[in-house]
Amino acid sequence: MNWKEFFKNLRTEEQGCVPDETKREFLKIGLIITGVAAGGSLLNVVSVVAEGLATSEELHKEYPYKPHYSMVFIVDRCINCQLCVEACRETNNVPEYGWRTKILERVDTKAVDQQSQFMPILCNHCNNPPCVRVCPTKATYKDKQTGIIKMTSYKCIGCKACMVSCPYDARYYNEEKRAVDKCDFCWESRLSKGMEIPACVEVCPVEVRIFGDLSDPNSEVYKIVHQMGKAVWVLKPETGAKPNVFYTIG
Amino acid sequence: MEKKNNSSAEGIISKEEFTQNWLQFLKEFLSGSKGFYILLLLSGLIVLISTMFGVNAMYVGYSHVYGTYREIPWGILISGYVFFVVISTGLTIISSIGHVFGVKSLIPIGKRSVYLSIVTLFTGFMVIFFDIENPFRMAIWNVLSPNLTSNIWWMGTLYSISLIFLTFEFLLILLRKYRYAMIFGLLTLISKVLAISNLGAVFGMLYGRDFWYGPFIPIYLVASAISSGCTAIIFFTYLGYRIRNERFDKPMELALHVVGKLWALSLAILIFMVFWNIMTGLVGSEAQRLAIREWIFGKYAANFWFFEIFLGLITPFFLLFVSKFRNFNQMFAASLLSFIGIFFMRVDVVVIGQIVSHFFEYKVTDFPVILTYKPTLHEIMIIIGACAFCIFSFLIGEKVFKGHHTEIH
Repeated sequence: MNWKEFFKNLRTEEQGCVPDETKREFLKIGLIITGVAAGGSLLNVVSVVAEGLATSEELHKEYPYKPHYSMVFIVDRCINCQLCVEACRETNNVPEYGWRTKILERVDTKAVDQQSQFMPILCNHCNNPPCVRVCPTKATYKDKQTGIIKMTSYKCIGCKACMVSCPYDARYYNEEKRAVDKCDFCWESRLSKGMEIPACVEVCPVEVRIFGDLSDPNSEVYKIVHQMGKAVWVLKPETGAKPNVFYTIG
Repeated sequence: MEKKNNSSAEGIISKEEFTQNWLQFLKEFLSGSKGFYILLLLSGLIVLISTMFGVNAMYVGYSHVYGTYREIPWGILISGYVFFVVISTGLTIISSIGHVFGVKSLIPIGKRSVYLSIVTLFTGFMVIFFDIENPFRMAIWNVLSPNLTSNIWWMGTLYSISLIFLTFEFLLILLRKYRYAMIFGLLTLISKVLAISNLGAVFGMLYGRDFWYGPFIPIYLVASAISSGCTAIIFFTYLGYRIRNERFDKPMELALHVVGKLWALSLAILIFMVFWNIMTGLVGSEAQRLAIREWIFGKYAANFWFFEIFLGLITPFFLLFVSKFRNFNQMFAASLLSFIGIFFMRVDVVVIGQIVSHFFEYKVTDFPVILTYKPTLHEIMIIIGACAFCIFSFLIGEKVFKGHHTEIH
């Protein structure tokens, strides 16, 4: 802020007249603070979208990818039936010792309502992916069109730096492939062959997993992420990885 | 073969001189004491056995025989790699004060340091060979598909380049081309310091890992390298003279005296760094606090207090002052203890960074808050084998290069 602006702001404050722009900024900050204060990882819509994008300036303007694939979990619907995990195994030949998606169980015995909740996880296809930065041979990369984090297995040297760097534990070493393996939103097995949704989304009997293009205002994921009524959050926002997987309740 | 060697050596030293040198080497090599050959045989045998463990691990798959797993993919082999390459860098830093920057008092330790720097760097590469799942792919794709944002790429490339520089440097020293050796010495120094800071950044730039994240580890590793280098110089010079049954001459005594003082200074710096790393970590993020608490009060408390602090830092520091930097027996004891301590420093810096579960803040039942890692026999044997390889190569070096005597130039 330069001196001219400083005095201008001072004057407007004195007059009790705050410019709209400042009001909006203030509201945004307020919302972010409330979100963080509500439980560390719980974030409101403004901050969530900001987390999902490269910078907050891009808010509601532009998404870096087309289609900008994204997934939303409506966590309170999950019944831990494991059908998604099994479908993923079958579709992507995931061995017994590994997983591309998993359902975690959260337990809080001191909670006043329900004491447990299921929390599915998979690769968050981050916009600022630590795994892609650390890979010495570009064996893992962010697809320029879809934003999906993919693997070129034959380039993987197995240093496991990507596994160490991933904040979401989304990677494992696949002995058969002799490479690190991870969720690619079923790109190789389904999306590239013309199918529209990943296997885990298709089999979920209670529609926990919503998949779609976050840049398309008509998509379900867009509508869930861009609403004010219900809290939407991402996991571990503090890492700055800017994930594209969101969580909400139904 | 000999004919070929002769012709290639022409112009540098005369034919007769070369043959004579060769015969002398052979004679010298076969004239060692019984103890020397027993140690050589023993270390060679350990190298062989541990290589079998390594090859076995490669054959059955690392995940079946190593203690590492999905949530803790880096174990003591990564620590071992860090341990050896940091020693190698330290040897380069300390010895280059003498033979690159011309501080005369440190010249006597130069030749042995350069040789051991090659040995320890090569050992580091061998250890990581048994940790990386597809080491052969690395050689291809590091060149064909480089990722310039990756610290591992920079580290690997810089260390590989420095190994070439080092080898040239050593050959030039052997050929008494000191001027050119000095240039390669400088190139080695630059590439190695850049490599080690990138090694630190492999950890320091992981923004999802609070325990590692920040500029501390790259700086800490450089400081630690200076300390490790001094440790290695005192340890191996002392042993070298013991094995050859020689007494230190005056220039060597002075050199070790100076190295001892440098070492004490670097230990003081390290103690300072470790203290503030712990203190800042204790008031850091929750993940950082959990890791630090486990390190200094939990399962790793013995590693920290006994091995890292007591053996690695405090005792050597104390012993150095007791020795007044002149009692080489005490200084050797300090270096031996410090080596053990340094290894645990490397284990802890690698492992503690991974022990806090990814999802600890979500109260999940699938993972404990603090994950555990236990090295297996295979991993331990590879580390023991790597140490034995260093000893083996050191012994060979002492014999072949006749105690690495360097004339002041």
